Amino acid sequence: MIRALMLSAAALIALPAAAQDIAITNAKLVIGDGSAPIEGGTVVVRGGKVVAAGARIAVPAGVETVDAEGRYVTPGIVAAFSRVGLTEVDAVSGSNDRSAPRTRFSAGLDIAPALNPMGSPIAVNRAAGVTRAIVAPGGSSNLFAGQGAVVDLGDDMAMVTRPRALEYVAFGEDGAAKAGGSRAATFLLFREQLLAARSYARNSAALAEWGNDAMIQRADAEALVRVIDGATPLFVRVDRAADILNVLGLKRDFPALKLVLVGATEGWLVAPQIAAAKVPVLVSPLTDLPGSFERLGATQSNAGRMTAAGIDVSVGVFDDDDAHKMGYATQYAGNLVGLTKIPGASGLSWDQAFAAISSAPARAVGMGDRIGSLKPGRVGDVVIWDHDPLELGSRPTAVWIDGKRQSLTTRQDRLRDRYADPVEGSLPNAYDW
Amino acid sequence: MVKGVRGSLLAATLLAVTGCAASDRAPQTASDAPAAAPDKKPDRSISDPYPSTYHAYPAAPTAVRGVTVFDGEGGRIEQGTVLLADGKVERVGGPDLAIPETYRVIDGTGKYLTPGVIDVHSHLGDYPTPSVAAHDDGNEATSPTTAEVWVEHSVWPQDPGFTRALANGGITTLQILPGSANLIGGRSVVLKNVPARTVQGMKFPGAPYGLKMACGENPKRVYGAKGRMPSTRMGNFAVDRATWAKAVAYKKKLDSGKAVDRDLAMETLAGVLSGDILVHNHCYRADEMALVIDMSHEFGYKVTAFHHAVEAYKIPDLLKKEGICAAMWADWWGFKMEAYDAVPENIALVNQAGACTIVHSDDENQIQRLNQEAAKALAAGRRMGMRISDEQAWTWLAINPAKALGIAERTGSLKPGKMADAVLWNGNPFSAYTRPEKVWIDGALMFDALDRKRRPVSDFELGQPGEGDVK
Repeated sequence: MIRALMLSAAALIALPAAAQDIAITNAKLVIGDGSAPIEGGTVVVRGGKVVAAGARIAVPAGVETVDAEGRYVTPGIVAAFSRVGLTEVDAVSGSNDRSAPRTRFSAGLDIAPALNPMGSPIAVNRAAGVTRAIVAPGGSSNLFAGQGAVVDLGDDMAMVTRPRALEYVAFGEDGAAKAGGSRAATFLLFREQLLAARSYARNSAALAEWGNDAMIQRADAEALVRVIDGATPLFVRVDRAADILNVLGLKRDFPALKLVLVGATEGWLVAPQIAAAKVPVLVSPLTDLPGSFERLGATQSNAGRMTAAGIDVSVGVFDDDDAHKMGYATQYAGNLVGLTKIPGASGLSWDQAFAAISSAPARAVGMGDRIGSLKPGRVGDVVIWDHDPLELGSRPTAVWIDGKRQSLTTRQDRLRDRYADPVEGSLPNAYDW
Repeated sequence: MVKGVRGSLLAATLLAVTGCAASDRAPQTASDAPAAAPDKKPDRSISDPYPSTYHAYPAAPTAVRGVTVFDGEGGRIEQGTVLLADGKVERVGGPDLAIPETYRVIDGTGKYLTPGVIDVHSHLGDYPTPSVAAHDDGNEATSPTTAEVWVEHSVWPQDPGFTRALANGGITTLQILPGSANLIGGRSVVLKNVPARTVQGMKFPGAPYGLKMACGENPKRVYGAKGRMPSTRMGNFAVDRATWAKAVAYKKKLDSGKAVDRDLAMETLAGVLSGDILVHNHCYRADEMALVIDMSHEFGYKVTAFHHAVEAYKIPDLLKKEGICAAMWADWWGFKMEAYDAVPENIALVNQAGACTIVHSDDENQIQRLNQEAAKALAAGRRMGMRISDEQAWTWLAINPAKALGIAERTGSLKPGKMADAVLWNGNPFSAYTRPEKVWIDGALMFDALDRKRRPVSDFELGQPGEGDVK
C-alpha cells in the first residue's frame, strides 16, 4: 500500500512538460546497451518516450525531423552516484544539503525536498550531456544516511523521477566511525536496526522496546522495512576486499536485500564472489591511489577486471566532485577505453564504456526499463554530440529530456561572454548582460 | 580541492594554494649533484643547507624517430627524429636527421613525443597517500604567516602519488607547496620526479625556491575560527603588509652589512625581495589578484604566478602587463564561494590575451592526467572560436610552468642542450585514449609501459595488495 502510493506520487512528480515528437536521423546511433554504434541510425521519440531506434526506421508522418549529419546520438548520461541538486557552493553551508549531521533521524531521511532544480550545477551538468542522476544523501549522525532519488536534469521544476529510489549506508572506515569506532560495531548496529524495523513492521508498538537500543525512529524503521523487503535498493559504500565479502554476507540474515556496491576499490580482488552474488557495482574508476588502508589495492583496472568477471559495473564520478562535474563521466569512460592498450591493464571496450555511464547505472537502481538507453519505452533523453562523446572536449550540440528540447546555456557561459573582452568600454561590464 | 568523499570539505579546501615569478638560473648539468651556491651568498650552511643530492640515472643514447613532436615552446614536427644523449636533448629534427649507429632506436610512428609534464602546484609528499592524519604535513596552521617553514622538511619521498604521476601523467618535474591555510605558508621545493630515499635525492639541482602565499577565504577562515587575526580579507592584507614592512626593514639592515640575528622567516622574505625566491600566490578572485599586485609594488617584490586563478579571465590584460603567470584548472568550480565564477574557457582566454598560461593540478589524481585537463581547456577555447594549436597548448604544461619555476633554461622544452626530460605517448596526448608509453628523466628511462620492471613501486606499496600492478 505504501509502495503503491509512493509510485503514484512519483508518476505525478515526474510528468514532463511539453514533450515534442521528434525523429533524429542520419545518426551514429548509440543505444547505450553495450551494442555497437549504428551508422545512419534513427531514433524516434513520441510523447516523451523512445518509440523506435535503430537502422532503417521509418519516420512517422508529421514528426519533426532533425538531421544529425552523421554525428553521435546517444542516450543522456546517467550519473551513477552523485549529489547533484543537493548543493550549490559546497563550502557555503546554507546552500549545501548533502548531509544532515545533527538530525536525530537517519534511514527515514528523504532527499527529495532538498533538491533544487534551479541550481546552477543542474544546467552545467546538463550542458555536459548528463540527463539523469542517481542522487544519494551524504550522511546523517547515524549509520544509515537516508533515501536518495533518481532525478532528471531538465530545465523545469519537475526534477524527481523516482523518490526514495535507494537507501544509502557506508561500511568500512566511515561506517565504523558512525557506529562507534569499529567495523564490529557497524555490523551489529546494522543488524539491530534492521531487526528493530522488522519487529516494528509486525507490531508498531515494538519499536518502543527495540528502537532505543537500536537508535532509530519510526520514520527510519518504515524506510528500513522497505530495505529488508528488497523494495528499496540498498547502496553500500565499501572498499576493502574483506569488507565487500562481509557486506555480501548480509544477505544470509536478510535474503531479500537488494545490494548495490558503491566504490568497491578492491572489488577486483574478490570479483568472482561479487559476480556470483549478482550484485551490481558503481565505481569512480580512476581512483588508483591507496588513499586509506581500505584502498590499498586501488587500480584503474578495477572496472575492467570486474566487468571481465561478469559483474554489472557502472562508472560514476564520486571520489572527487560528486555534484558539479558529472560531465567527467565521459572522460572517465574514455580513460577506461585507453587502458585496453596498456599491457597488464584491464579496460573496457568503447561500447562497454558507454553502457557503463548510461544503461548500467539505470539497471543498478532498478530502472533499466525506464531510463539509460534508447530502447523503445525508455524516456526520451537524447543527446547529439559534436564529436565522439568519450573524447576530451566533445560537447552536446542538442539535448532532449523526456522528449523536451533543453537549454544548454549556463551561468558560466554568461560570464564567459561578458569577459570575452574584459576591458571596460563606454560603460562598466555590469551593463553588459 | 574536494579531496574525495572521505576528507572533510574544510580539510580539503585547506589544500588549495600557491604563485610564480621568472628568473632562470644558468644551465647546469644534471650530474653535478649539490647545486652550486650563488656567489653573493658564499656560506652554503645558510643559503643551501639541505642541498640536492639528485643525480641522473644511467642513460643509453636513444633516438625516437617517425614521431610527432610538440617541442613545448609551441613548435611541432611531423615525422620527427629526436636524439637523447648524455642526459640531454642532443638534436631535434625531421626524418632526415642522422641517427648514430650506437643509439637505441625507438619507432615513434603514430606516437607523440613531448617534453615531460611540469606541475607547478602539487601536494604530493606533504599531503601524501594514504591520507591519514599522521600525514597532514602541508599546513603549519598555528600562525597566519610561517615564512620560516620549508616544505621539503615535510615531503615524504615514499608517497605512492609520485609514481602514479610519473606512469600515468608523464610528470617529470613538480613543485611541492605548503598548503593555503596561511597567508605566507613557507618555502616550496622543486623536485625531479624520481624515486629516492630522501627528499634531497629528488631536489631539482639549482632550482630557485618558491614562497607560498594565499589570499582569500582560507586564511581568514582558519584564523577567524581561532578568534585571531585575520578574520576578514582586509585583515589578510593588514597582516601581509605588516609582515612585508618588517621584511623590508630586515633586508635594509642586511644590505647595510650590519650584523643581524638569524631570523628564518625574514631570511626567506628577504630572499623574495632580492628576487632569489619566487612568489607563488594562491588567489582565486580577480579583484584580490589586483590588490596583491599593488601590494607587491608597495613593498618591492614580484608575484611570479597566481595559482588557482579562477577569475584570471577577468583581468588577463593586467596579468600580461605585470608579467605574471596564471596557473589554473580546466573546469573546477563551485566548491567554495571564491570558485563560483569559474568558467571552462579561463585557460584559453588567458592564453589568448598573451599572458603566461599554465595548467596545474593541486590534486593527486589530476596530476595523473594534466594533459587531459589541457585538452579540455583547449577544446573550450576552440568552441569559443579561438584558434589555438595543439602544440601551443602544450606550452601550458611545459615551457610556461618551467618559467614560473625559474628552470626554463634547463628543462620545459625539447631543445638541444636541455635536460632530456621527455614523454613518448602512445597516441595524441590530447585524447582520452592515450597514455604515456615511456618517460625519460635526464635521459634515463624511468617508466616504460611495455616493461613492468620499469614501473617504480614505493616502499609503502611493497608487500601490499596490488604491488607492482599497472595502477
